[in-house]
Amino acid sequence: MNETIPPKEERMTALNGLGSSRKRVEDARFTQGKGNYVDDIKLSGMLFGDFVRSPYAHARVKSINTEAALAVPGVHAVITAADLEPLKLHWMPTLAGDVQMVLADGKVLFQGQEVAFVVADNRYAADDGIKAVEVEYEELPVIVDPFKAELEGAPVLREDIADKKEGAHGPRRHPNHIFTWESGDRDATESVIAEADVVAEEMIYYHRTHPCPLETCGSVASMDKVNGKLTVWGTFQAPHAVRTVASLISGIAEHNIRIISPDIGGGFGNKVGVYPGYICSIVASIVTGAPVKWIEDRMDNLMATAFARDYWMQGKISATKDGKITGLWCHTTADHGAFDACADPTKFPAGFMNICTGSYDIPTAFLTVDGIYTNKAPGGVAYRCSFRVTEAAYFIERMIEVLAIKLGMDSAELRVKNFIRKEQFPYQSALGWEYDSGDYHTAWEKALTAVNYTKLRQEQAERIEAFHRGETRKLIGIGLSHFTEIVGAGPVKNCDILGLGMFDSCEIRIHPTGSAIARLGTISQGQGHATTFAQILASEIGIPAEDITLEEGDTDTAPYGLGTYGSRSTPVAGAATAMAGRKIRAKAQMIAAYLLEVHDNDLEWDVDRFVVKGAPERFKTMKEIAFASYSQAIPGVEPGLEAVSYYDPPNMTFPFGAYICVMEVDVDTGTTEIRQVFALDDCGTRINPMIIEGQVHGGLTEALAIAMGQELAYDELGNVITGTLMDFFIPTAWETPNYQTDYTETPSPHHPIGAKGVGESPNVGGVPAFSNAVHDAFKSFGLTQSHMPHDHWRVWKIADRLGLHD
Amino acid sequence: MIPDNFEYHKPNSITGAISLLSEWGDDARVIAGGHSLIPVMKQRLTDISHLIDLKDIEELKGISISNGIVKIGAMTTQHELIQSEELAKTVPLIREASLQIADPQVRYLGTLGGNVANGDPANDMPGLMQTLNASYELKGPDGTRNVDAREFYEAAYFTAREDEEILSSISFAVPNGGYAYEKQKRKIGDYATAAAGVLIEVENNICKTASIALTNLSDTPVFCQNAVKILIGNKLDEPTIQEAVTACVDASEPVADVRGPVEFKKYVAGIIVRKAITNALARA
Amino acid sequence: MEKIRLNMTVNGKAVEVLTEPRQLLAHVLREELELTGTHIGCESTHCGACTIDMNEMSVKSCSVFAAQAQGAEITTIEGLGNPDGLNVIQEMFKEHHGLQCGYCTPGMITRAYRLLQENSNPTEEDVRFGMAGNLCRCTGYQNIVKAILASAEKMNESKETA
Repeated sequence: MNETIPPKEERMTALNGLGSSRKRVEDARFTQGKGNYVDDIKLSGMLFGDFVRSPYAHARVKSINTEAALAVPGVHAVITAADLEPLKLHWMPTLAGDVQMVLADGKVLFQGQEVAFVVADNRYAADDGIKAVEVEYEELPVIVDPFKAELEGAPVLREDIADKKEGAHGPRRHPNHIFTWESGDRDATESVIAEADVVAEEMIYYHRTHPCPLETCGSVASMDKVNGKLTVWGTFQAPHAVRTVASLISGIAEHNIRIISPDIGGGFGNKVGVYPGYICSIVASIVTGAPVKWIEDRMDNLMATAFARDYWMQGKISATKDGKITGLWCHTTADHGAFDACADPTKFPAGFMNICTGSYDIPTAFLTVDGIYTNKAPGGVAYRCSFRVTEAAYFIERMIEVLAIKLGMDSAELRVKNFIRKEQFPYQSALGWEYDSGDYHTAWEKALTAVNYTKLRQEQAERIEAFHRGETRKLIGIGLSHFTEIVGAGPVKNCDILGLGMFDSCEIRIHPTGSAIARLGTISQGQGHATTFAQILASEIGIPAEDITLEEGDTDTAPYGLGTYGSRSTPVAGAATAMAGRKIRAKAQMIAAYLLEVHDNDLEWDVDRFVVKGAPERFKTMKEIAFASYSQAIPGVEPGLEAVSYYDPPNMTFPFGAYICVMEVDVDTGTTEIRQVFALDDCGTRINPMIIEGQVHGGLTEALAIAMGQELAYDELGNVITGTLMDFFIPTAWETPNYQTDYTETPSPHHPIGAKGVGESPNVGGVPAFSNAVHDAFKSFGLTQSHMPHDHWRVWKIADRLGLHD
Repeated sequence: MIPDNFEYHKPNSITGAISLLSEWGDDARVIAGGHSLIPVMKQRLTDISHLIDLKDIEELKGISISNGIVKIGAMTTQHELIQSEELAKTVPLIREASLQIADPQVRYLGTLGGNVANGDPANDMPGLMQTLNASYELKGPDGTRNVDAREFYEAAYFTAREDEEILSSISFAVPNGGYAYEKQKRKIGDYATAAAGVLIEVENNICKTASIALTNLSDTPVFCQNAVKILIGNKLDEPTIQEAVTACVDASEPVADVRGPVEFKKYVAGIIVRKAITNALARA
Repeated sequence: MEKIRLNMTVNGKAVEVLTEPRQLLAHVLREELELTGTHIGCESTHCGACTIDMNEMSVKSCSVFAAQAQGAEITTIEGLGNPDGLNVIQEMFKEHHGLQCGYCTPGMITRAYRLLQENSNPTEEDVRFGMAGNLCRCTGYQNIVKAILASAEKMNESKETA
């Protein structure tokens, strides 16, 4: 009755499922310039809005005169805080439980802060209007150093909450203090450190930087007054959360709000936050009755939306004489800028900084984080990072190096001695996480072998000899890094944002002819979801990936989810996809059983079909089953073939990796040249190796930028001095090396397909690898710690301080 | 980053351009490639209500080499400088320096005239033209005059050019001997942390002629008169070179910026000058 | 301010646009001609997302005034593909995973097109140097370089067989 069944292998290949380096379905559009990014949207009668921004970091706003601006040809309206106040929209809640001014309410607190919103025919007229708005400021003393925020006489920045003794995350000890967050056992850690054979102590600074996606933030708001429906297209990494927040603060019923994330030109955390521009474009559309577009320019983007890092991490690490780590202590001073707008799960005001014990079996640890207000932009987003894990990984990977120096031990060996062993998983860390799986020793050994570590150390020693003999001015640095990530936020029991649990979702509809559409609560910003999620599904339901359409980003059609950031799409939405696929398969099994006139249990799944056990010639393919579900009345089974899954992950996933960077460092010019980068990643089950490799290349390049020069720098008056791409360092193809990648595969035991997430690993592991290489080059000359970024002059300064220019 | 409105003029002769400049005075600016001017206009850091585009003026274009004199029209682009095989053969220094300016796209539009006339201390061509001892031809309502590149720069963005004058061409004698343009920068597209152009001619082991100028190490390019004196007439041994390098560093007056503090820039200036001298010497 | 009549040839078609002289070419292409494949990333000539081909040169259209483009022959990303699909460079970008978010891609491909017109046999170093006016935040360039080298090879192969 059925023709010959093609071999299993052949059918699996035809699916293009898990493990296939499937070419991306997105690319035909993007390579032809047919993407649809927010600034590409053009609606009939659309106006353009843009901001008057503060030139000062801290000033009182004495007056705003909009008269001249309103007279500028093409200008329709100028909105100020006074206009927003009756709507209670002059302030908005932040993701971190604080509030933030939408438009300057009496004062400004950082350079570039939004002061007034000018709405005009187009961006040219809007800019003409901006220049005509007259704002009178009275400058106030500025705080740019978080260590000076609580000194006597320090200006109070947040007058709105000056008297509030209790913040969103507990008691506040000073008007410029936001919170203090603790994790671990203080007494036990302090006593272990007090009694230890060896203690290394160091201040590790991870400087302020910015995700700087190539597309800036923006939105188009369109209020349809006839049907009362608000539609907002925007650069949203979490469209559903934006809808809920927009509803809560505007009072517009949630079903009357439609949020659409079109194609997004890179996010890297920049597009997680809710920004005044989004609010103002909505208000302006309501006020003018026309659609209103707002698009940041690059300077706005760097100055005002979403800085990252800025953690001062004071660390102590203790060990026995032979190098077994006994305790880790960390006190972090976190510069949060003028408003606490960090994008972290609610219960984690310092994100997952308490993953700072890293890949090591450290029995006792204690962490405390002080959040501080300064006159800088708000943000604190996870820049290609899962909520401060980049800071944590950098901290521990530097502290390991510092301890190795103190012990006089090779740091590779120190790592091996202290890695959590394979058999210890699931591993309970001293700061409360349960690591799901890992095999650190294998990955590490593979990495050391790949670069021929012993030989490299020999070469380095020879180079130092040559340097002392005056034959060369270049040193070799070998940067080691073994990181453990914590991604896939997260279990609803302890992870939420503004009260919304951090589950995610997938909805699948199989069409009668056996193709399908799946919709998810996430949103791709270049990760290739339309390609990879179809692969997950292909393997689950036996329909070729080519026959599955993926949709995300439209809240009217996609199921609710918390979006894409923190490497959560694969661990959470990917799991939802697999689970929804399994529901489809379960129903398909019932239908197949009916069609083949056997009991459900007499069937087994075989790649793309159900087969009668022991009778391989009797089967029904998914395609046949799909058609039957729409065409036949099957007793006890509803027509159609659809499923939905809302997945609440039982735990986070813990990808890891071993990275090694070999660098040449010129002590005279401070220039550095990357000679080799080896990156081994273990992200559990690999969905699409081509895309994984691409993610690793990209993340390493962002790490290279951050470690070697990328900095959001302020002068002492709070002026941003790296506000354009001339000064904000992004390497070109010329400065970027080729990377060698490798992998091990340790599946997550709790994820339906064992996948862990990879997008952020190379940034997390890359920064310490590059930074450690610089430190390592100067180690034998007495360097213990020098802050990033390691741009030319700072590297030169290291050499200078060590007397290498004498 | 939106520019203010302006009236746009595109004369097809130098005379036409000069009369527009005379007519509009302070309110007018000429535009060549525009990649320095337009970003500044976008930030509305300058008031320009009349923009005079020099693109259609044929007299401002072209490279000619005859009788040992190179003459380059002000509107010649960096891309054209790089592409000119004749120039690469006669004055390879130009190509070496041009390739270190900005990036490919910017070099297609960026012109030699714009680069030297703007008075931006970060631009590479002014230092290079001082190295070559070039002469700038300026045309104005009162006729034509020539100013040496070494005399042209007064302070950052202040030059010997009068408001109603146009820098029309650049001339210099084909140099003899070895050459080098060395530049340290953070990345492609960045200005120099320190850069130096060097020409050295050696005869019978003795330095016959020499020229050194620095880029972005003061508010104008720096022609290193003292260093040149140290080199000429001497055997270029290590102590002499060191003395010349020190003289160059002494002549520099860098300011601190995101590229680093003063002491770093001075140190790197020394390294870059030394490299340039060494390379030039090797080619001499 | 008086508007000017701007005539250009864009992707082989003569167009006329009424525009203020200050309008940036990138905005004219995107907003007046609705060719939104040309993107804007930095507005200061550093990122290359707005790269177009103008009079056989790679040009950053965010830093060219409309008025300067009078009479220009322009090719944007929309004009590079074949009517029936992708051209070789576009195909190779897909084949070698030379893009992720796609935002820099039109500028990259348009620049690569001119690079390969001028140098049909580039080395890896030529490609890295020749593409240094275009920033990418996603790919780390490795696969972009690979895609362009592969494009050169393909283009040369088809020349040989032709």
